[in-house]
Amino acid sequence: MRDLYQEIILDHNRNPRNYKKPGDANREAEGYNPLCGDHYKLWLTLDGESIRDFGFDGSGCAISKASASVMGTLIKGKSADEARAMYETFRKLVTGEQKPDIEEAGKMAAFGGVSDFPVRVKCAILAWHAMKGALEGADTVSTE
Amino acid sequence: MTSALATARMTASSFDPKRVRADFPILSTTVHNQPLVYLDNAATTQKPSAVIERIVDYYTTENSNVHRGVHLLSETATASFEEARMKVKSFIGAAEAAEIIFTRGTTEGINLVASSFVAPRLHEGDEVLITAMEHHSNIVPWQLLCEAKGAHLRVVPIDDRGDVILEELETMLTDRTRIFAFSHVSNALGTVNPVERMIAMAHGRGVPVLVDGAQAVPHIPVDVRALDADFYVFSGHKLFGPTGIGALYGKRSLLEAMPPWQGGGDMILSVTWAKTTFNQIPYRFEAGTPNIAGAIGLGAAIDYVGKVGLRNIAAYEDELLAYGTEKLAAIPGLRMIGTAVKKASVLSFTLEGVHPHDIGTIVDQEGVAIRTGHHCAQPVMERFCVPATARASLAFYNTREDIDALGAALNKVIEVFR
Repeated sequence: MRDLYQEIILDHNRNPRNYKKPGDANREAEGYNPLCGDHYKLWLTLDGESIRDFGFDGSGCAISKASASVMGTLIKGKSADEARAMYETFRKLVTGEQKPDIEEAGKMAAFGGVSDFPVRVKCAILAWHAMKGALEGADTVSTE
Repeated sequence: MTSALATARMTASSFDPKRVRADFPILSTTVHNQPLVYLDNAATTQKPSAVIERIVDYYTTENSNVHRGVHLLSETATASFEEARMKVKSFIGAAEAAEIIFTRGTTEGINLVASSFVAPRLHEGDEVLITAMEHHSNIVPWQLLCEAKGAHLRVVPIDDRGDVILEELETMLTDRTRIFAFSHVSNALGTVNPVERMIAMAHGRGVPVLVDGAQAVPHIPVDVRALDADFYVFSGHKLFGPTGIGALYGKRSLLEAMPPWQGGGDMILSVTWAKTTFNQIPYRFEAGTPNIAGAIGLGAAIDYVGKVGLRNIAAYEDELLAYGTEKLAAIPGLRMIGTAVKKASVLSFTLEGVHPHDIGTIVDQEGVAIRTGHHCAQPVMERFCVPATARASLAFYNTREDIDALGAALNKVIEVFR
């Protein structure tokens, strides 16, 4: 069970980082999983191609909340293209499509256990979907 | 008096959960290398060998279409199918088998009544009345219908325990109300509604009622005539029978006045280009080849439940529910959602600081199957200001050991999230 609920995940669930809307946010998206009720709002401050700030709030399971929180710490200060590449790495990690390169995965590696719980993959990937949507300028993203 | 008491005691003690467990093959399997503890009976129930074998037997020796052929197999299949209808009739106390319509399940039964009984008499400004504890299946058909007709869907509120507020019901039954549709037992809260009284209140205002009995028939004896229900619907799969089969009971006078629902074979007497004559009830509402094996399987499930005895089941489950309620109350941070005066089967709860979805995953690893989420009753979740709950729901094959296993698994959840 500890493979799924690693300390990083529990910590980010208890104390989510960037858990508020940035004052100068210029992109937003909603992530909603109707099956289990995970529901988040997420904001980006895009400065040209660079993600200057990130914030989110909402409610859901530990996996979905920690995923949103960890994602924020990873994409802040990165370019939109880098964030999209991270989305790909994360998706492959949680679906078990590719074993993580620990170096590349970094904090993401904590979510490696999710691939053993197929029904929880959509919890893990919800915020990432929404982030990608926010970059494209989409409004609401569902993982159903 | 002494002998009456002794008989009562004997009946109660003659029920042995260990013995009935042996009738359900799946209960001796394992999940994640742990013995299965199945506590998701409000979602669907497990099937006894008697049901499984009856279906195999039907396909092995009787399979044929019903109400058609003159050959022997068709006669046999028709006889078994109609015998199943008789069993449903006796099970819920209907006056005659013609008042039993086979459906795909509770949802289809409600949709049939909405389309065929309510739609023709529902006009702009009229009202459909339901309660705040309904399953989506007893909300959405009425929303669709009201929207199409310009009618209003009105909702009787429930109190903090999860009981319908009867004073509100009294004022919300008006001369514009065309149907009052409500659940006998709530799937999300476990509330057993005072059905007889609610029906009497509706009838007092001349309002017909539909009772959603999906969560009631596996747990308590139902007599539609004693209740004076106009329509009563339930599903086979929550009654230890197969999926894809259910029944709609309607009073003959109401069914006979209703137009057909779906068109097709079996529901007609004759078809010509000039005119089609519809069949009599119940066949008028059973277009196409029905779920024959499902109906026969449901009949076998009813026989099985009859042998165990619903009074024994109700008495045993009451005791088990009380044990479970007490056991869960002792878990720190646990909040019970649904504390109605009279309850059946359902233990719905939240754990402080832990989302129900995480609870579900962790207890599953311990072999304990419960439901987590909104239980297809999102308005109920909203009423109690929770996004979701974890729900353990009992059947007569559950034991105190199952409850203890749930308690131990919940303590693991707390350990992980401490």
